[in-house]
Amino acid sequence: MSRSKNDLPDPLIFAAAGAGIAVLATGAALWQRRRHRESRGQEETIATDAPHWTLDKDSSRAMFGKSVLINRPRAELYAAWTPERFPDFMENVVAVDDLGDDVSQWTIKAPAGREVTLVNRITERVEDTSIYWQSTPASDIANSGEVRFTDAPAGRGTYVSLILAYDPPAGKVGRFAAKLLQREPEVQARRDLHRFKQLMETGEVTTNASPSARGAESPAEPHI
Amino acid sequence: MRAVTWQGRHKISVETVPDPEIVNPRDAIIRVTSTAICGSDLHLYDGYIPGMRAGDIVGHEFMGEVIETGAASTLKRGQRVVIPFTISCGQCFFCEKKQYSACDNSNPSETRDASELMMGHAMGGAFGYAHLTGGYAGGQAEYVRIPYSDVGPVVIPDDLPDDDVLFLSDILPTGWQAAVNADIEPGDTVAVWGCGPVGLFTIQSALLLGAGRVIAIDHFPTRLALARKYGAEILDYTQVDVREALDEMTGGVGPDACIDCVGMESHGFTADNILDQVKVKMLSSTERIHALRQAILACRKGGRLSIPGVYGGFADKFPLGQLMEKGLSVKSGQTHVQRYSGELLDMIREGKFDTISLISHHAPLEDAADMYRHWHDDQDLYTKIVLKPGLKKGDISARQELQHA
Ligand SMILES: NC(=O)c1ccc[n+]([C@@H]2O[C@H](COP(=O)([O-])OP(=O)(O)OC[C@H]3O[C@@H](n4cnc5c(N)ncnc54)[C@H](O)[C@@H]3O)[C@@H](O)[C@H]2O)c1
Ligand SMILES: [Zn+2]
Ligand SMILES: [Zn+2]
Repeated sequence: MSRSKNDLPDPLIFAAAGAGIAVLATGAALWQRRRHRESRGQEETIATDAPHWTLDKDSSRAMFGKSVLINRPRAELYAAWTPERFPDFMENVVAVDDLGDDVSQWTIKAPAGREVTLVNRITERVEDTSIYWQSTPASDIANSGEVRFTDAPAGRGTYVSLILAYDPPAGKVGRFAAKLLQREPEVQARRDLHRFKQLMETGEVTTNASPSARGAESPAEPHI
Repeated sequence: MRAVTWQGRHKISVETVPDPEIVNPRDAIIRVTSTAICGSDLHLYDGYIPGMRAGDIVGHEFMGEVIETGAASTLKRGQRVVIPFTISCGQCFFCEKKQYSACDNSNPSETRDASELMMGHAMGGAFGYAHLTGGYAGGQAEYVRIPYSDVGPVVIPDDLPDDDVLFLSDILPTGWQAAVNADIEPGDTVAVWGCGPVGLFTIQSALLLGAGRVIAIDHFPTRLALARKYGAEILDYTQVDVREALDEMTGGVGPDACIDCVGMESHGFTADNILDQVKVKMLSSTERIHALRQAILACRKGGRLSIPGVYGGFADKFPLGQLMEKGLSVKSGQTHVQRYSGELLDMIREGKFDTISLISHHAPLEDAADMYRHWHDDQDLYTKIVLKPGLKKGDISARQELQHA
């Protein structure tokens, strides 16, 4: 299943991580397989208008996408999607450091107090519309992604879609990263996207921080 | 501080817990002066609501005094405020449509997944009502953190006592929305199932909105007496066949609008309800919908069904064919409290509602465990309980008994 990233269909480089994770190799392979299947299937079935990331869910754990409606103008959201603001709403992102030349290094919390480093390059920007990125070889986890901003109808604001793909790693990053990547990036990215919505609409990230009679909990920290 | 906590089915205890803190700029902290027990709390007490955790602070009907504000709160220290039970941001698509209980920001990222899985979409946040609605600590406590305090809280003028306005937090707007949702036309006959606090405010609201006649159904004499006092004709379902009576009172047509103010724990020993009870016990169904079934069958063709009563999941033997064939329209939902606060406060000032006579007991917060037991076991006499954090344990005052006319 290993492919070089030159095989990626351009400009359809999928997603990125809300937490900065997306597939490269595996994702590309799955994507191309799906595209073949779709073209082959055109006589028997009718092509749907569903977003590509919703198709063939069962077979493609390594790729995922999520859209949310955010009640703010498209340009404002595009402008706010900057690495400096990521730690405000991306829960597991400890830091995003600018390495220059559109490359940034992401420090991400992993289980057991460990950290994972992603090194991603922005490959394309379409003003007020979308941002694409993919990892460089220095990244602990091969990933790629896209965040897309589309006008919602009837003045409702903007649909923000986060599409990401990642290569479930082995070896180097070891067991803990594998665990991190089970389905965790999907959950994390979905939650991060919602926190982005909260921040942009309400000016703050929603929290249920409040007291309880459970000794271990703090009234200043969120709880499940 | 002291707070009323849920510890499991039929287990309520008052515990010492940490004080709440300001966490976000829009937050405020209030010191609670009055907090009521609701029929919805009964669903928690009976273990019908999924997503409760031992140690949760309960209560969603409360008011108090602002004692601390975050940088972006518009409240001022010392103001008296009633807090809507629904937590709403005021800025999302839903809040802008005034569908406040559907707020898409108030249920935090951490808790919305389970809610989404169960309901299809994550519910809005609410105080003291399980983790499906955000897991926020409730108002049966000395102090509460109020998120988005620039949007929800209703500032109360000093000349209005707590008892006049406390129910702006939930049951008054809930009764009002129940009647609004019935799309009442002048002269309509409106039938109301359940004469608990929600039903009692629904009766008052339906008459204010132009109903010619309200027929209220329950089996507790004290509650039925209150319904009559508020202007309803009453039916005790232990004395009559409700559907026959409703038909005979409307020339065989049936009520124009039917409102279910009972919810998921219908009483009664009819065959369908006994079967529901067994199924709920065996976990193969989540609710007892006897009253709702009856309301659908009783409603006139082309009539309207309004459901403020709370349901939690998959009901059994829902009369879908009857609903469809009779062409009923249905409106439902948790109340969009913030939508009605202003007009209802004005109406209270104008004396349009009786918010007082349904209160049967004032009791100290410390006596909450006993009060929950009475609220569950003695529904006839305990028609609404208001807890006061200030009172000494045992300092309970009960309303004079009503005349059952
Ligand atoms: N939609 C909302 O936002 C909202 C807000 C508050 C309460 N509620 C819900 O409204 C419902 C009523 O609340 P409440 O505080 O009045 O509760 P309650 O328990 O005090 O009242 C329910 C009443 O229904 C009566 N009843 C039971 N079975 C009946 C039957 N078969 N026919 C006729 N009457 C019957 C009971 O005797 C009782 O008097 C609850 O389900 C509650 O959760 C909804
Ligand atoms: Zn209530
Ligand atoms: Zn909202």
